[in-house]
Amino acid sequence: MAEEKACNASSPDAEANRQHNEARRDFLKQSSILTALALAPATVLKAADSKWDEKVAEKFEKVPLTLEINGKKVQLSVEPRVTLLDLLREQLDLTGTKKGCDYGQCGACTVHSDGERINACLTFAVMQEGKKITTIEGLADGEKLHPMQEAFVKHDGFQCGYCTPGQIMSAVACIREGHANSEDEIREYMSGNICRCGAYSNIVNAITEVKNGGQKV
Amino acid sequence: MTYFFGNKTQIGDSLDRVESRQKVTGSARYAAEYNLPGVTFGVLVTSTIAKGRIRHLDTKAAEAAPGVLAIVSHLNAPKVPGFQDPVDNEGSRVHGQEFRLFHDERIYHNFQPVALAIADTFERATYAASLVKVEYEQEQHQTNIHQNKGKAIKPARGNDYARGKADTYKTAAVKIEQEYQTPIQVHVPMEMHAATAVWEGATKLTVYNKTQATKISQQEICKAFQLKPEDVEVHSPFVGGAFGSSSRVWPQEMAAILGSKVVGRPVKVMLKRDQVFNMVGYRPKSLQKVGLGATADGTLTGITHEAISFTSTYEQFTERLIDPTKSLYRCPNLNTLYRLVPLDYSTPCWTRGPGETSGSFALESAMDELAYALNMDPLALRLKNFAEKDPFNDKPWSSNFLRECYQLGAERFGWSKRNPKPGAMQKNGMLVGMGMAAGIYKSERSKADARATLQPDGKVLVQSAVADVGPGSATIFTQIAADTLGVDASQIQFEWGNSTLPDAPGQFGSHTTASVGSAVYDVCVALKQKVADMAVSQKGTTLYQAAAHDLVWEADAISLKGSEKKVLYTDLLKNQQLQAVQVNVESKGGEEQEKHSGKSFCANFVEVEVHPVTGQVRVSRVVSVVDAGTIINHKTAESQVYGSVVWGIGIALMEDAIVDHRYGRHLNNDLADYRVPVNADIPNIDVIFINKKDTVIDPMGAKGIGEIPLVGFTAAVANAVFHATGKRIRELPIVPDKLV
Repeated sequence: MAEEKACNASSPDAEANRQHNEARRDFLKQSSILTALALAPATVLKAADSKWDEKVAEKFEKVPLTLEINGKKVQLSVEPRVTLLDLLREQLDLTGTKKGCDYGQCGACTVHSDGERINACLTFAVMQEGKKITTIEGLADGEKLHPMQEAFVKHDGFQCGYCTPGQIMSAVACIREGHANSEDEIREYMSGNICRCGAYSNIVNAITEVKNGGQKV
Repeated sequence: MTYFFGNKTQIGDSLDRVESRQKVTGSARYAAEYNLPGVTFGVLVTSTIAKGRIRHLDTKAAEAAPGVLAIVSHLNAPKVPGFQDPVDNEGSRVHGQEFRLFHDERIYHNFQPVALAIADTFERATYAASLVKVEYEQEQHQTNIHQNKGKAIKPARGNDYARGKADTYKTAAVKIEQEYQTPIQVHVPMEMHAATAVWEGATKLTVYNKTQATKISQQEICKAFQLKPEDVEVHSPFVGGAFGSSSRVWPQEMAAILGSKVVGRPVKVMLKRDQVFNMVGYRPKSLQKVGLGATADGTLTGITHEAISFTSTYEQFTERLIDPTKSLYRCPNLNTLYRLVPLDYSTPCWTRGPGETSGSFALESAMDELAYALNMDPLALRLKNFAEKDPFNDKPWSSNFLRECYQLGAERFGWSKRNPKPGAMQKNGMLVGMGMAAGIYKSERSKADARATLQPDGKVLVQSAVADVGPGSATIFTQIAADTLGVDASQIQFEWGNSTLPDAPGQFGSHTTASVGSAVYDVCVALKQKVADMAVSQKGTTLYQAAAHDLVWEADAISLKGSEKKVLYTDLLKNQQLQAVQVNVESKGGEEQEKHSGKSFCANFVEVEVHPVTGQVRVSRVVSVVDAGTIINHKTAESQVYGSVVWGIGIALMEDAIVDHRYGRHLNNDLADYRVPVNADIPNIDVIFINKKDTVIDPMGAKGIGEIPLVGFTAAVANAVFHATGKRIRELPIVPDKLV
């Protein structure tokens, strides 16, 4: 983490901001002290008193989080405002999950949470505590592609490739949910994943093939 | 598809995309995904007014927020040398003064970037951006083209094309005269525009961006910062959709570059979805008037086509609205007019079929109206006026199989079963309509370079700076190289998407295959020649003094045709103490191209189902027949047509960027309210390729394919809607309220 810039206390706005931040810090300190007294070493509290408040507050602003990502248990400390999408992309370097809108409108960030498809941009990471998250990076079995990945390659289910991870995660879930029984049903249940390149027909063909192939997805 | 050693990949094979594994496993990295050491995050603060100036910019609170490294704005941004110079339009692609990020306090459009908040995390940068307070001195903006038609100007570039006598349609035996409108369409590629920039010292710069042209990006950045090309590297192998919107350097690149200069660390900037609508280009609205005149037998005697579109107040963006009209039909008299209204928007930008898409809606709708006025079949009217040569310049076509497009499409679609009477066809309680339209789009070859390197194991590395934003260019260039050398595609490694590689034109204007494909072809021919010459001149080998042209390229050796004699590449290189054999070529079209008019053609046949009560339109069937010369890869080529059809359905039925003129601000700038086609909107699409070689444009016989199927498509939908309902919708998109 980089150093933070000092406040400029001379300006009224900066002063207001400082007060705002301090109020936030005070609240954090007070509330966290109650719980932290039992948990935190005394040195932390001492540090908080000696102008280390920003650093310490930063620690207290973070929340411990345990997730299982692609079969691997990870223990993290994250700000509560971090979305699952940004956690994956910016902190864990799992950039296969894409950001296409940040409002749950495009499906590019589709991942599986305990096996169900969700938009990673619409959930704070901390809301996933204890969940098993599968991203596109966790779909293949080592070097062996998942049948849906193979079908997307074969049927050219993408062009630019940006919506593709979301489409594939959605497609796998679509079959698991039992929503891939006809082309029309696939179209309907894949309509939360926008493909601006227009690979829809090929995506439907890929899903149909995997569904009819009877392989376990 | 699995390839085995010894297979030969050929032009026409449906080879899987060479980068497909990266795309389906999530390992393909896009502009905002290079998590460089020490990377920081930049979030843009954008204007909330459409015109005026920044009176006061207060960044103190933002600067004091946790994790913030800098707030960059016109108050403190490093000077961009290129921004200080007077405008030089020599060689510029858009006439006028380019947008200068953080240059001064002027506001030219809504969502104009006014500051960049840089912090150590994305969340902190986002929060800091929200703390930047901007006070504006607002001026009266103009964003409504209808209210400002009187201010239309003749663009500095472009004359009003005419031939024969003007306005002859007015005195024709049968005539129609109608006005048409197309909406603002936004590219909205799935990847929001992004860039990561990092300086090494004061003069060396690397930019990871989203571009259709790494070389143009490099040139524009060099020009702005007065840097040498060898000091600026643009890296963009994966682009999450572009469609024209990544053909210039935009604020996200400039912000990342300036930001990185200030904080001395890599800066990553990704636009938010709403910012994409009025910062990085769009297809401008058009108001068009078409007059068509014909004799009673349907022979066109006069065409008048006038178009008004808009641009920003600082640049004149022009597009080819009138081009299809100039060339598609034989007609002795034609006059055209093209005007621009400068409005308080960001500058529009090339958008798939830039101009042709909007212009062909008017022309091909008008042709359908004329067919009804003549009581003639719309397809017969088009055949009647087929142009044997390009009426624009009297040059012969490089190739033209439009008649075959009509014929094959009509057969596959079942055009003969169409009852021409509007409203006559019904199915399951829905009104059924059948419509068709023709399309024409330029097909050219531009200069391109390529490099090929033979390695000892026989693998050939082929390199070009070209982008592959999704058409499958990397795959077909691999295929062209393999076909030219006569080996399996697995022997070829194609490298693309970086400005340090050999020069390539931008991936736009449907000229990439013809231009870069030719360079790949030429470089492989040159490599084969060079290696053959080496083999026959190496004393002591079995090929010494053989005829170079009798040698055959194989996976691991070069051999003499019809014999067992061969020299392994390993030995060939060892004998001359070489690590590799490398050739570079500069490739361009010959005189023949100048003597011909190069165009791709298409015929689109569309069936719609219209709900008689709600007016909801669904496209139920599409047959798209395309004359794009030789098809290099059927799989990726079909995908290109699917893409155009999906775009056509979007523009025809739903896409419309609505601006609240009271505020000069977009109303529906997200992906829920700006509706683009989703999977359930798209029927089965039947694609037919003529697949006949064009003998003029390039050695492969290929013509452009990325845009042609979109030209005329929206008219085919509107014509089908007329056929279903008897209602002629001349203003896109065809939303239900226009039909009930």
